[in-house]
Amino acid sequence: MEKLIEQFSLGLFFWQLVLFVGLLLLLRKFAWKPILNAVEKREEGIQNALDAAEAAKKEMQNVTADSEKLLKEARAERDALLKEAREIKESIISEAKEQANAEGDKIIKQAQAAIESEKKAAVAEIKAQVANLSLEIAEKVIKEELSNKDKQLKLVDDMLGDIKLN
Amino acid sequence: MFFIAGIVSAQSHEAEEVKTGAHDLKTEIKEYIDHHLLDSHDFNLYSYTTDEGEHKYVGFPLPVILWDNGLKVFSSSKLKHGEGVAEVDGNYYTLYHNKIYKTDAEGTIEFEGHLNEETHVEDAFGENLVVEDAHPSNVKPLDFSITKNVVFIALVGLLMFLMFRSVASNYKKSNLPKGVGRVLEPLVVFVRDEIAVPNIGEHKYKKYMSYLLTVFFFVWIINLLGLTPLGVNVTNNIAVTFALALITYFITTFSGNKNYWKHIFWMPGVPVPMKIILAPIELLGTFIKPFSLMIRLYANITAGHVVLMSIIGLMFIFKNWIGSPLSFALAFALSLLELLVAALQAYIFTMLSALYFGMAVEEDHH
Repeated sequence: MEKLIEQFSLGLFFWQLVLFVGLLLLLRKFAWKPILNAVEKREEGIQNALDAAEAAKKEMQNVTADSEKLLKEARAERDALLKEAREIKESIISEAKEQANAEGDKIIKQAQAAIESEKKAAVAEIKAQVANLSLEIAEKVIKEELSNKDKQLKLVDDMLGDIKLN
Repeated sequence: MFFIAGIVSAQSHEAEEVKTGAHDLKTEIKEYIDHHLLDSHDFNLYSYTTDEGEHKYVGFPLPVILWDNGLKVFSSSKLKHGEGVAEVDGNYYTLYHNKIYKTDAEGTIEFEGHLNEETHVEDAFGENLVVEDAHPSNVKPLDFSITKNVVFIALVGLLMFLMFRSVASNYKKSNLPKGVGRVLEPLVVFVRDEIAVPNIGEHKYKKYMSYLLTVFFFVWIINLLGLTPLGVNVTNNIAVTFALALITYFITTFSGNKNYWKHIFWMPGVPVPMKIILAPIELLGTFIKPFSLMIRLYANITAGHVVLMSIIGLMFIFKNWIGSPLSFALAFALSLLELLVAALQAYIFTMLSALYFGMAVEEDHH
């Protein structure tokens, strides 16, 4: 220890202190601050770039998911549309069938009714003509009768025989 | 490798001298190591002794700045490595064991304390075998010389400034580091993410980054350069580590918040008598923490150099075919270890400084 104190050089201490502090101040201004700032800036830049890449990746994933979702939706919509169309088609067909059936029935019924009424009309006309004929016959018979009794009777018998034939 | 070769070439001359001369080889090596660890007033790359017994030094002189009733500035070449007396404004100065003393015109050094018969008073450098308890009694003027270590500190500072400024200016052009910045940027980020943020906390670390970065790179670079053949050891000077530890102490003390001081003077959660006992201990602790920083760095680097040079010195003691390769292998292994220690000590100093700052700014959790 004594030797250390004996060896201690005040001059060297003084110069070391002066030179070191001078060096410290110079380096701080001209070296450390610019270097540390540059390094920090670069690190920040790298961090930002990494963050941006991560965000872009996420965005990308989102976009993919979105498009997939859209595709799925579109597919579902298409399926739904097709199904609906099929249903509509079926319903239209069945409706048409029903309608056709109904119409057919109706036409048939009308036809039947027409036939019936025609028949009735025909029968009625026939009846009327028969009645007319009967009347005319009766008239003629009566006229003959009035002239010849025998003949009149014979005519009535013949006429009646004819009618029975009808 | 160069480092070892450099030391060996420097020492082999001495060894030759020892072979022919009368000096004790072990003492010679010890002195060489001691001398190597010390600061010096000249920038010597190496020294050797000629056949005529004259010391030759390869290097260049540095300015000596003294405060002795006024500023005295002269070149260290006047001191002739402790073999001459420098005369400035009618005052005489000489070097003795790397310290400057005021003397008379003949450069006499007077001693107080016990001397033994081996002491060479008249030749102040190199061959001195002064016993430990003898101190020169001459006046020591305040020495603010630009010594070898000061030059080295300034050079390292300049190197760091140029290096990091170029790294910083590169960021103006591009976002990515280029050239030396590719190596330095990860280290800067390491200091931030592994030292500052975990110890100080995410919100407060920024204020301390400049100091932590400067001290980390300063200590590391200067430790590494201390291992080169230049062999200028700066961090094995207690004055240097003291200055660094003092800055850590001041930053810690001035950034201490209410909670920090409360934990020192009135420790919460313990009984009152304990609070009274703890206060001086905690207060002492605030000085011991930076003190330990100072000693740790100083002792680790000094020890590393002493061991490394002792192992190299073994070569001259063994002087046989087994000694040299062994010493070489050991020195090589130890040099690698020292490279690790250089970085490790820088890391530990920075780490502990950050830890102390973290303690000073920690918020109350109780």
